[in-house]
Amino acid sequence: MSGAVTAEGIGQPVRRKEDFRFITGNGHYTDDIARARQTWAYFLRSPHAHARIKSIDTSVAEAAPGVVAIFTGRHVADDGLGGLICGWTVTSKDGTPMKVGPHPILALDTVRYVGDHVAMVVAETLADARAAAELIDVDYEALPAAVALSTCQDEKTAQVHAEAPRNTCFEWELGNKAETEAAFAKADRVVKLDLTNNRLIPNAMEPRAAIGEYDKGSGIYTLHTTSQNPHVARLVLSAFVGVAPEHKLRVVAPDVGGGFGSKIFIYAEETACVWAAAKVGRPIKWTGDRSEAFLSDAHGRDHLSHAELALDKDGKFLGLRVKTVANLGAYLSTFSASVPTYLYGTLLSGQYDLPAIYVEVDGVYTHTAPVDAYRGAGRPEATYLVERIVETAARETGIDPAELRRRNYIRTFPHQTPVIMNYDAGDYEASLEAAMEAIDYKGFAARKSEAASRGKLRGIGMSSYIEACGLAPSAAVGSLGAGVGLWESAEVRVNPTGNIEVLTGSHSHGQGHETTFAQLVASRLGVPLDNVEIVHGDTDRVQFGMGTYGSRSGAVGMSAIVRALDKIEAKAKKIAAHLMEAAVEDIVFENGTFTVQGTDKSLAWAELSLAAYTAHGFPSADIEPGLKEGAFYDPTNFTFPAGCHICEVEIDPDTGITRIVKFVAVDDFGTVINPMIVEGQVHGGIAQGIGQALLEHGVYDPESGQLVTGSYMDYCMPRADDLPNFTLGFTKTVCPSNPLGMKGCGEAGAIASPPAIINAVTDALGIRDIEMPATPARVWEALQSAAPRAAAE
Amino acid sequence: MYQFNYERPKTLADAESLLGKADDPKILAGGQTLIPTLKQRLAMPSDVIDIGGIKELDFIRAEGDAVMIGAATRHATVSASPDVQKHNPALAALAGGIGDPAVRHMGTLGGSIANNDPAADYPAACLGLDAKIHTTKRLIEADEFFTGMFETALQDGEIIKEVTFPHPEKAAYMKFRNPASRYAMVGVFVSKGPWGVRVAVTGAGQNGVFRVAEMEEALAKNWSPDAVANIKLPAKGINSDLHGSAEYRAHLVTVMAKRAVAAAG
Amino acid sequence: MSVVAMTVNGKPASADVEPRTLLVQFIREQLGLTGTHVGCDTSQCGACVVHVDGRAVKSCTMLAAQAEGAEVLTIEGLAANGDLHPVQKAFREHHGLQCGFCTPGMIMTAVDLIRRKPELDEETVRDELEGNICRCTGYHNIVKAILAASQEMR
Repeated sequence: MSGAVTAEGIGQPVRRKEDFRFITGNGHYTDDIARARQTWAYFLRSPHAHARIKSIDTSVAEAAPGVVAIFTGRHVADDGLGGLICGWTVTSKDGTPMKVGPHPILALDTVRYVGDHVAMVVAETLADARAAAELIDVDYEALPAAVALSTCQDEKTAQVHAEAPRNTCFEWELGNKAETEAAFAKADRVVKLDLTNNRLIPNAMEPRAAIGEYDKGSGIYTLHTTSQNPHVARLVLSAFVGVAPEHKLRVVAPDVGGGFGSKIFIYAEETACVWAAAKVGRPIKWTGDRSEAFLSDAHGRDHLSHAELALDKDGKFLGLRVKTVANLGAYLSTFSASVPTYLYGTLLSGQYDLPAIYVEVDGVYTHTAPVDAYRGAGRPEATYLVERIVETAARETGIDPAELRRRNYIRTFPHQTPVIMNYDAGDYEASLEAAMEAIDYKGFAARKSEAASRGKLRGIGMSSYIEACGLAPSAAVGSLGAGVGLWESAEVRVNPTGNIEVLTGSHSHGQGHETTFAQLVASRLGVPLDNVEIVHGDTDRVQFGMGTYGSRSGAVGMSAIVRALDKIEAKAKKIAAHLMEAAVEDIVFENGTFTVQGTDKSLAWAELSLAAYTAHGFPSADIEPGLKEGAFYDPTNFTFPAGCHICEVEIDPDTGITRIVKFVAVDDFGTVINPMIVEGQVHGGIAQGIGQALLEHGVYDPESGQLVTGSYMDYCMPRADDLPNFTLGFTKTVCPSNPLGMKGCGEAGAIASPPAIINAVTDALGIRDIEMPATPARVWEALQSAAPRAAAE
Repeated sequence: MYQFNYERPKTLADAESLLGKADDPKILAGGQTLIPTLKQRLAMPSDVIDIGGIKELDFIRAEGDAVMIGAATRHATVSASPDVQKHNPALAALAGGIGDPAVRHMGTLGGSIANNDPAADYPAACLGLDAKIHTTKRLIEADEFFTGMFETALQDGEIIKEVTFPHPEKAAYMKFRNPASRYAMVGVFVSKGPWGVRVAVTGAGQNGVFRVAEMEEALAKNWSPDAVANIKLPAKGINSDLHGSAEYRAHLVTVMAKRAVAAAG
Repeated sequence: MSVVAMTVNGKPASADVEPRTLLVQFIREQLGLTGTHVGCDTSQCGACVVHVDGRAVKSCTMLAAQAEGAEVLTIEGLAANGDLHPVQKAFREHHGLQCGFCTPGMIMTAVDLIRRKPELDEETVRDELEGNICRCTGYHNIVKAILAASQEMR
C-alpha cells in the first residue's frame, strides 16, 4: 500500500467515542424504539419437548381484548414462506450431505423443543397479547423425547426428524486415519480421556427484540432487530425465507446489547414480525424476556468426546485421535453445522507439532433448543480437549506441564497441520515464559504448602491455546461448505468540509468499533478523531457486509477500511497534483497535509476535500469530482491468535468452593490498535471462560426435556465476586496475511481459560478429571470419592 | 401480570378494613417476592394492599432486653440501625446480607417472614433468636409461626405488626449461597441467650426453616465449633437439586454451624 | 386505570396507568426515558436500577404506584446541568462498559454504593455488585471505575 499508516493514534488507549451515549442513558437499543400505531407480538411456545399438534383453536383468543391478529404455522405455510436455513453444508464421511429436517418459522404439526414457536399473537399491548395467548387451545399429543446426548443415537430413542435416522445429521471426519493409526501403533504411551464440554446459554444482557414494519406505498419492509450481521439477515430473509425481495427489505441493527454469537442467527421471532407487519398493516414489536432468551436463543458447546494422545518415550506427541458427539439441538440454526466441524476439528493440533490427527464428529439432533456459535464457537471445545489431554499426559509421564508443552511446540512457520490450517506466525514459548513469570510459577510449591497449612488446596493449571480467527477467506470457507463468502466491505466518504464517514459491514455490539476504526482513519488521514464517524448496522446506509463474529472485525473489517483509504489517498493525490500543478509521483501526504516534494507548496486536508467537490477546472476525463471510495477485502488466510493462560486456584475442602487467586493471560494478537479495548475484550472472554469452567450449565431434564436452568435462579451467571482481577500481558508476532498485521482478540479469553481452570482444579484435588462446571457441590463430591492421583497411577 | 386493584392505606386500621372487604387480597410490603411472583403470573389476587406507606409499621425500638422491629422496616434500615448493631449484631449482619443492595432497600422483615420462602434468611433469625411475632390479632412464637414451605400460622386478614428479638449473649449467622440465585442454599443461625441455645437452619429443609436439637444440646454442654463438628444431619428431608445433593447440603449444615459458632465467639 | 404522579429527574411526571404498571414501564413507556433497561425477569440483573427517594431500587420489581409522590432519579438525570457525574466519567475513563446495556444500572448502583460507603475497597465493591450482572467486561474495569470514582468523590 502507498503511504504507510502513521503510528499516531494506533496503539493508544483512546477513550471510547460511543461511551457518552451509554453512560448518559442515550443509547438506542431496539426495545427503545417506539413506532406510531405499533402493535405488540407475543409468542405462544411449546410446553413439550416433543409433541404432535393435533389442533390449534384460536377463536376464543381472537375475541380477547386488544387482539389484532393471531398467526400459526398454517398461515405461514399458506403464504408460501420458506423455513429457516443453515448456511453451511457439512458432508459426511460416506460422501452424503448432512440430513436436514425442516425448520418452520411457526410449528406446523410437530413441536421439537420446549420453547418452540407455536403461534404469534399480535395485540394492542404486550399484556393483551400475553393474556390472549393463554386462551389459545392447542391439543398436543405428547411424544417421547430425545434429550440426553449420550443416548440420542440409540435405535430406540425418539426421532427428532424423519430425515435423520438415529438422530444423526452428519458423521464427519477430518485428518489422516491411516497415518494416525500408524502413529498409535508405534507409540510408547497412549493417554486417554473422556471429556464433556458443557452446554452454555449465551445471555447477552439485552434480550433479543424486533420491530417489523411495512410501507404500503413503496412496498418496503423495515426490520429493526438485535443482530450482529444485518446484511446476512436481509439476505436470508429475502433469498431463502422469501419475506420480501432484497431491495424491498431494510434491516437495521441499532445499538445492540451484546451478542457473543447468539445474535448472528436469523430467528423465528424477527422473521414473523416483519412478515406479519404487512398482514396487519401496522408495525409489530416483539421484545423477548429473559425466560424466552433461555428457551429460544441458540445455545452453545455441548459435546461428548473421547480423545487419545500417542507419545513417544521422550514425551513427543505422535498422534491424536478424537471421537466427538456434538449436540445440534432440534433444528439446524444459521451456522450450527460449521461449529463442531470446521471451527473445531481444524484446531485440534493446538500449538503442537502433531504429525497425525484423525477426528470424527457426529452432529446429532435432540429435542432441545438449537445449538450454534457462542463466543469461540468450536475453538473452545478444541482447546479444552487438547489442553486437558496434554495436561493429563504431563501428569501420567511425570514431565512438568510447561516442559511437555515446550517439547512439542511448533517453532517454524508457516506450519501446515494435518487438519487444514496453515499457521502463519507465532512464538508460543514467548507467551508461556511471560505467563509463567507473571504468575511466579516457580513460587507455586511454596504457596501450595502455605495454603495447605490453612487447610486449603491450591492448584495451578495452564493452557497454551491457538484459534483461527478473522473468519474468512471466502475461497477457503467456500470449499469447506459455507454458503456465503466471508470478506468484508468498507466505504470511506470524505465530505466537502473534510470530515469523514466510514461505512463498514462490521457491526459493533460492545467491541468499540466507533473508536478503534476511527483511530485508524484519523491517524491515516491526519484528521481529529472527532471528525470521523463510523456508520454501521443499517442495510440502507452500508451496501453489504458480513457482520461481526469470529474475532474478524479488526483483521477483516479494518483491512477493508485500509484498502478503501488506499484508494482515497490515491485519488486525493491526483487532485492535489492537479491543484498544485505537480506530478502525482511528487505528492507527499503526511499528517493531513499534501506537499509537493522539493517545493514549499502545500494543501491542507480540508482544502483538498472542498476542492474535490467544487471540482473547478478538473480535467474531467481524468479526475471525477468527489472523494468517496469503497473496497471489498478478502484475506488470504485465517489469522492465528495464540497465547498462554495460567490459573491458580484455592479450594476450600469443607465447602467445595473454588476461588481463583490469580489469573494470568498472555496473548499474541499481532498489531493492537487500542490496548484498552483489547484488554477489555480479554477480560470479558476470560469471565465467560470462568463461567463455563466453574459456574454455568444449561441443563435439560433428561426425561421430560424441560429446561431446568431457565432463569438466573438456576443458571449461574458470573457475578463480580466470582471473579478475580486479571493480569494481562502481550507478546507480538505480526500477522502476515492482512495489511495491519492484526489477529483478533474477541474470543481468546473464552477459548483459552476453561482448560487452564480445570487443569488447576484437578491439580488441587489430585484427580484426573472433573466435569465442567466444577461447582462447589461437584468439587466436594470429587473430594469424597477421589483416590489421590498418585494412588491411581 | 394479571389485573388487580391497588390500595395504599395510610394506617393499619385502614389496611385491615380493606383486607376484610377484598375477595382475594394480597398484602404488598416491599414487593421483592410478591412482584416477581405476579410478573410470572403465578398469583392472581383481586386486590393488592400496599402496606409500605404505613408509618406505624416502620420502626426499630430497643427496649429492655429486646429489639422491636416494625413489619414494614426495610432490610437496609435494620442492617444500618445502631440499636440492632449494638444489641444484636448477628441480626444486623443477616439483614445486610439478604439479596442485594437494591433488594435490601425495598424488602421488609414482615414480608420476608410472611412469605416464609424456604431459602429466606429472616426465618432463621426468628427461629434462632426465639422471636415473638406480633400480629393484628395475637402474639405468635417463632416456633409456632413457620409451619412449612411458604406456609405460616397467619390467618386470612391477619397482618404482622412487629417482631420482638430478645438480645442474645452470643449469635451468628453463616450462609452458603446458591451460586446461581444467591439465596441461602444452607443458612445456619446459632445463638445463646435466656432461651438457652438455638440452632436454626434455612435453605436446606424441604419444609422450610427448622431447628437442630442435637446441635443445640451439644452446644449447651460445650459452646465451641468442635461440639457440632461431628453432628451430621440425615439426608432425609433435605433438598436435593442440580445445585447439590441432600448429602452435600446436610454436610454444609455442619460446616456452616461450625463457622457460625466460631464467629459468635 | 389511575393517575400516578411522582418527580422524575427533578420534573413532575404523571400518567394514567393500570395498577399493574411497573415503575420501569412507567419510566420507559410513559416518560420515554429509555436509558433504564430490562435485562431479566427475576429481579437479578440490575439493568433497571434507579434511585427512589435517594436509594437504589430495581424498577422492575416495584409498581409505579408504589413510587407515588417519590423523587425518582434515572440515568438521564444523573449528569446535573450537563456535567457528567464522577461515576459516569470514571466508567468512561476506565473502560467500565462495552455494549452499554447493563451500564445505566451499574452506574446508578455505584452512585448509591459510594453514598452509603464512601471508603471502598475491591472486595466490598465486588460484594456490593451482587445484584448487577454484566456479560461483557468481566467486571474488572467496572470495579476499577467505581474505586476510582469513590477516590475522586472523597
